[in-house]
Amino acid sequence: MSEIDNGVLTQGLDERAVVSAGDYFNKNTGERLERECRERLAAGCRELVVDFSQTEIVNSVGVSILLGVIDSAQGSGTKVVLSGVNAPTIELFEMLGVTRHVEIN
Amino acid sequence: MIADKNKLIHAFGALAELSQEITMRAGFPETMRTSLHLISGTLGIMRGGIVKYSRFAHELSLVAARGLGDEFPLAMSLCEEDERQFLTNGLYPIDVDHARVLPFFQVYSSSLDKRSIRLFVPLIVHEEMVGALFLGEKATGENYTSYDKDVICAMGRHIGVAIAQRNLLEEVERRADENRKLYDELHTTYTDTVRAFAAAIDCKDKYTEGHSVRVGKYSEIIAQELGWQQEEVEGAAVAGYLHDVGKLTVDRRIINAPYRINAKESAELNKHPGVGYEILMPIHHPFTDVPLAAKYHHERLDGRGYPDGLYDKQIPYIAKIVNLADSFDAMTTDRPYRHRRQAAEVIEDLKRNSGKQFAPELVSAFLKGMYREITGESTDKRFRRLLGREYMEAESIVPTLKTALNGTAPKPITVLSLD
Repeated sequence: MSEIDNGVLTQGLDERAVVSAGDYFNKNTGERLERECRERLAAGCRELVVDFSQTEIVNSVGVSILLGVIDSAQGSGTKVVLSGVNAPTIELFEMLGVTRHVEIN
Repeated sequence: MIADKNKLIHAFGALAELSQEITMRAGFPETMRTSLHLISGTLGIMRGGIVKYSRFAHELSLVAARGLGDEFPLAMSLCEEDERQFLTNGLYPIDVDHARVLPFFQVYSSSLDKRSIRLFVPLIVHEEMVGALFLGEKATGENYTSYDKDVICAMGRHIGVAIAQRNLLEEVERRADENRKLYDELHTTYTDTVRAFAAAIDCKDKYTEGHSVRVGKYSEIIAQELGWQQEEVEGAAVAGYLHDVGKLTVDRRIINAPYRINAKESAELNKHPGVGYEILMPIHHPFTDVPLAAKYHHERLDGRGYPDGLYDKQIPYIAKIVNLADSFDAMTTDRPYRHRRQAAEVIEDLKRNSGKQFAPELVSAFLKGMYREITGESTDKRFRRLLGREYMEAESIVPTLKTALNGTAPKPITVLSLD
């Protein structure tokens, strides 16, 4: 099953959910992604995949929201995977310690 | 070196966004939430919060939070020692682990430790504490560096100013609210005083009991029918209430005489407009024309009125309104020497004297108001309340009103020079 809601694409595969970060991961897309992730976590998702393959830029608010999602996922024992992340964003995530808490593929 | 440059670029971008957020005035809670995201996203902070400080309640209250959970206190008290220490520290991050000696960190240590709060940053603006930041551990797991703390200070200054502005706005709103309440109280006092005066005036004359109040109400109706603003309508009502205040100095026997008074008595009675003006002039009324209404409410458009025999445009507009209201009440109430006249007769009289004694547009407005009420076009019962239901339901009243309102335009008055 897949569904596009305001630029955030989600796919629910039983215990694995894929959520897209959109092309510019900022406050708007971040808040939508956060809502989606919380719903998935509440539904018992065990692996949360955040798809960055369409994402060009991530700003500070985006990073903060992503850290919040990671914090919540860790609290419920859910694994977070970031996929399709471009090189500048990887560099940013490494600099800020995001990569310490997630799997990148 | 490259990593440092990237950090700087990232921090500058966030600082620019923070300035923009604060000046955009998106609403205080939203601004605080975004500010917290910006500071967290700049340094990779896992969780944190912004609190606002009330120096009256000595209390910090949570205005934005990220990852603090439901158990984190929404409000936290500071003692004088805490406040003094935070002010002395200034806007610079305090390592929670190094400040355990302070009462605040002892009282709330459990909540702070549970959410791994590492830094507490007092937000000081103009030597006053306006709030604080709580910042949790960094996602890197490293300690905060002096560079991180400098970035936090730069961003904290912006957040502090936003809170100070909010406090200022709240203070202005509070004072405006207080002023509004005071104004309302004064206004009520003024209105009550005016009504008390009107009652005192009417007490002198047993036959015209309630006259001033009714003239006030009729003046109000005329102003409403003219489409005046609420404040102006109120001014017209007050002018009506107080128009006869000068009668307080006239001998009660003259006012209550059950016969047509003689020339001497008439001269005495005719002084009341001037006396009323003298009484009302020194009072600071919210409505400026009140004394003029008292002085000129017996003037006529054709110059045959008193005390000054003014013509049409020389007569203040408010006095023309009160004159019509006063005359209408005199015609529709019993007097010592005659019964009140029938409604149709009064309407014809008003129309006949339109352009002579009364301003035509005022007569039209007044009669139109009456017509709308009788025909049910208006649900108000203003005339019914003042004149009685029976009086207003006389059969002849509607056709007479129709004729009066469809009548020919009044002849213009020639204003003669008094020079």
